[in-house]
Amino acid sequence: MDFQLSEEEEAFRQEVASFLDEHLPEGQGRTPEFQAKWTEAIREKRWVGFSWPEDVGGGGGGIMEQVILKDEMAKRKAPALGSCFMGLAWVGPSIIQYGTEEQKQKYIPDILDGKYQWCTGYSEPDSGSDLASLKCKCEREGDEYVVNGQKIWTSIAMWSKMMILLVRTETEVKSKHDGITCLLVEMDTPGIEVRPIKNMSGGAMFAEVFFDDVRVPVENRLGDEGQGWQVTISALASERSSIAEVHGLIRKIEEVKDLARNTIRGGRAMSDDPGIRRRIAQAETKVEAMRLNGMRFLTKQLKGEPLGSETSINKLHRADLEIGLGELALEILGSSSTLMGGEEAEKGGAWAKFSLNWPEVVIGGGTPNIQRNIIAERILGLPKD
Amino acid sequence: MNFGFTEEQELLRAEVRKFLDQNAPLERVREIVEAEDGPGNDPALWARMAELGWVGLNMPEAHGGVGLDLETLLVVLEETGRSLFPSPLISTVLAAKAIERFGSEEQQARWIPGLADGSKVGTFAFMERSDTLGPEGVETLAKPDGDELILSGEKLFVSDAAAADLTVVAVRSGSDAPSLSLVVVEKDTAGASAADFEAMDLTKRIGKLTLEDARVGTDCVLGEQGAAWPSIQWLLDLGAALVTAEAVGAAEAALEITTEFAKGRIQFDEQIGKFQGVKHPLADIYVDVESFRSLVYYAIWALDQDADDARLAVSRAKAYCADAFPQSAIMGVQLHGGVGYTWEYDIQLYLKRAKWVRPMFGDADHHYERVALLGDL
Ligand SMILES: Cc1cc2nc3c(=O)[nH]c(=O)nc-3n(C[C@H](O)[C@H](O)[C@H](O)COP(=O)(O)OP(=O)(O)OC[C@H]3O[C@@H](n4cnc5c(N)ncnc54)[C@H](O)[C@@H]3O)c2cc1C
Repeated sequence: MDFQLSEEEEAFRQEVASFLDEHLPEGQGRTPEFQAKWTEAIREKRWVGFSWPEDVGGGGGGIMEQVILKDEMAKRKAPALGSCFMGLAWVGPSIIQYGTEEQKQKYIPDILDGKYQWCTGYSEPDSGSDLASLKCKCEREGDEYVVNGQKIWTSIAMWSKMMILLVRTETEVKSKHDGITCLLVEMDTPGIEVRPIKNMSGGAMFAEVFFDDVRVPVENRLGDEGQGWQVTISALASERSSIAEVHGLIRKIEEVKDLARNTIRGGRAMSDDPGIRRRIAQAETKVEAMRLNGMRFLTKQLKGEPLGSETSINKLHRADLEIGLGELALEILGSSSTLMGGEEAEKGGAWAKFSLNWPEVVIGGGTPNIQRNIIAERILGLPKD
Repeated sequence: MNFGFTEEQELLRAEVRKFLDQNAPLERVREIVEAEDGPGNDPALWARMAELGWVGLNMPEAHGGVGLDLETLLVVLEETGRSLFPSPLISTVLAAKAIERFGSEEQQARWIPGLADGSKVGTFAFMERSDTLGPEGVETLAKPDGDELILSGEKLFVSDAAAADLTVVAVRSGSDAPSLSLVVVEKDTAGASAADFEAMDLTKRIGKLTLEDARVGTDCVLGEQGAAWPSIQWLLDLGAALVTAEAVGAAEAALEITTEFAKGRIQFDEQIGKFQGVKHPLADIYVDVESFRSLVYYAIWALDQDADDARLAVSRAKAYCADAFPQSAIMGVQLHGGVGYTWEYDIQLYLKRAKWVRPMFGDADHHYERVALLGDL
């Protein structure tokens, strides 16, 4: 075992660190002017789309460099590398792998520049965990596809210019994974209606999207007809072991510790309560396990071994922590944990709000039960249910 | 960056596994520990393992060891854990490490060669009646008498107590809590006697060492008299790490056994492993085992490097394991149904191992409290 960086890796880490020294002010200094300069500077460095090939405008960075970059950024709470979240996470990688030359030229630079948002139209009312059962109808008429049906839970649909959409082009298929096609759709196409859905913390981040005779040019198809499942799954699977997300959890735990130190109930600080101490230590230990699991997966990737379903391990830990830390904070707070705002609420109800946000992580990216199925079936080799 | 093993280490793993599969399958382990005259070890196998260099793997080359790091020993321990191999390996390594790290050159030359070549068994004795891991728990007294010490007291829950030829004993040299010393007590010392208890896990031997005015020379004291508490803490940390390393192998084997059972057992016309009530707990066990595996790999590496966070790393690993391993073994028995309750099926052996692992060198409460303290809580 060896946790040292190589000479080149250390040099790259220092390059990142000195870039951040120069370009990244502390909290107060992060004004809109800063944000504009920051965006320009990271684009110039080719750190947006860092792992993408250089010929499409990416950075051509290796796995280890990518980890170093994200790690340094996360440590300093730097703003995200690029603003087109879903474009960078999976739409771009899908286009790079399956897109035509025209599609690459048309979409990739805009994703890197964060010109507009992409949203993801996969889930339907009757197809969630069982995504491949999707039914959104799509028929070809000449040079156009005609789409009729409904998507749901589409995050930021109301603020997006484009959507990556999965539709069913064939219904008589042997396997439900066949007959699915992937389309790149302009959200202002006639026949699309977006209806925001209010979530339990009161915000509206996702929406229902209705398609009524929506005409999409055939050239907006990504990959072949019927290949939609592979097109989208391979991009989701290219997900890297994300060690960086650990920093967010570590920060959250530090906040919970501060909360415990500063919350006095019954004449004593909650940080002296043995039950609370144990649970904080347990959470911290779990995050460390995530970090180290991530390093072991990374080692496998560096050796060129495929990263199987191991990331499901950390997804389960993360789900536990996202829910657990919110609940822990509320228990520390006691009666005031019931308040969502106002003077009596700790930090204006920030913890109460935090404790309602876990579904974004816990449900949005494949539920815990689905992760358990993946581990049981793909790693332990148990029969499919 | 490489959070994995070298090719040599992987070869060693394969070699140890083959050796244990051939010479100590669970049927043989049962024979060894269910022997008429009480649970024992297999001296012939122990001698061969020593010959192969696995006993002295981490001991200094100058004194007959192989001179490799703890990380390499970890590979061997994962395998002895998988096989529930009954041997005084961890105890002997702890004794040797104490002598190597805190003893003089002379003391090393006197004791380590016998430990490295397998002719002598060593162990480390800390715990007493108070059953606490703090320095105040040590009441066994070392009274100076010329160039000798007169030892009196009782050390409990000593691994391999009866088998040990030499025991590194934590004793009290003064009245302030941390005023402790480490003393080597040889088996034939007058006034020293050892006996094994009736352990639940027959593959682990636990006993006591009674010291009744036992006299040892001051040349048996490791390091400075009365100033050994930091050394003792380090040994307790190492013990926790080694026990957890072995637990990784054992927990993994228990998961494999239960998974195979779930594939073979048919109820309601289905393999029971198809039911989520069966497969999801198994997935959760996998998550836990992989996680304390990562934690203990790092802890062992940190001990090898004398890293600043070694103590924290050990506590995280042992705490996680001390909760998760027993829970997973209980689930393993439960998922077997009635046969899980039988003496005949092997899963019960792993449940007993888990119950041995839990308190050894500190349970989850102890170690999570240390994580809290070291994390400024
Ligand atoms: C905040 C948020 C943002 C989202 N953003 C998007 C987006 O941008 N685009 C998009 O396409 N989708 C999005 N989703 C949808 C998300 O992918 C789905 O909610 C998720 O896949 C679960 O599907 P479902 O809601 O239909 O639940 P269901 O699949 O109906 O599941 C309901 C319950 O049944 C369990 N279950 C289902 N199948 C099994 C099984 N085989 N074994 C055991 N248990 C099972 C689940 O674990 C769950 O607890 C988002 C969801 C959330 C919460």
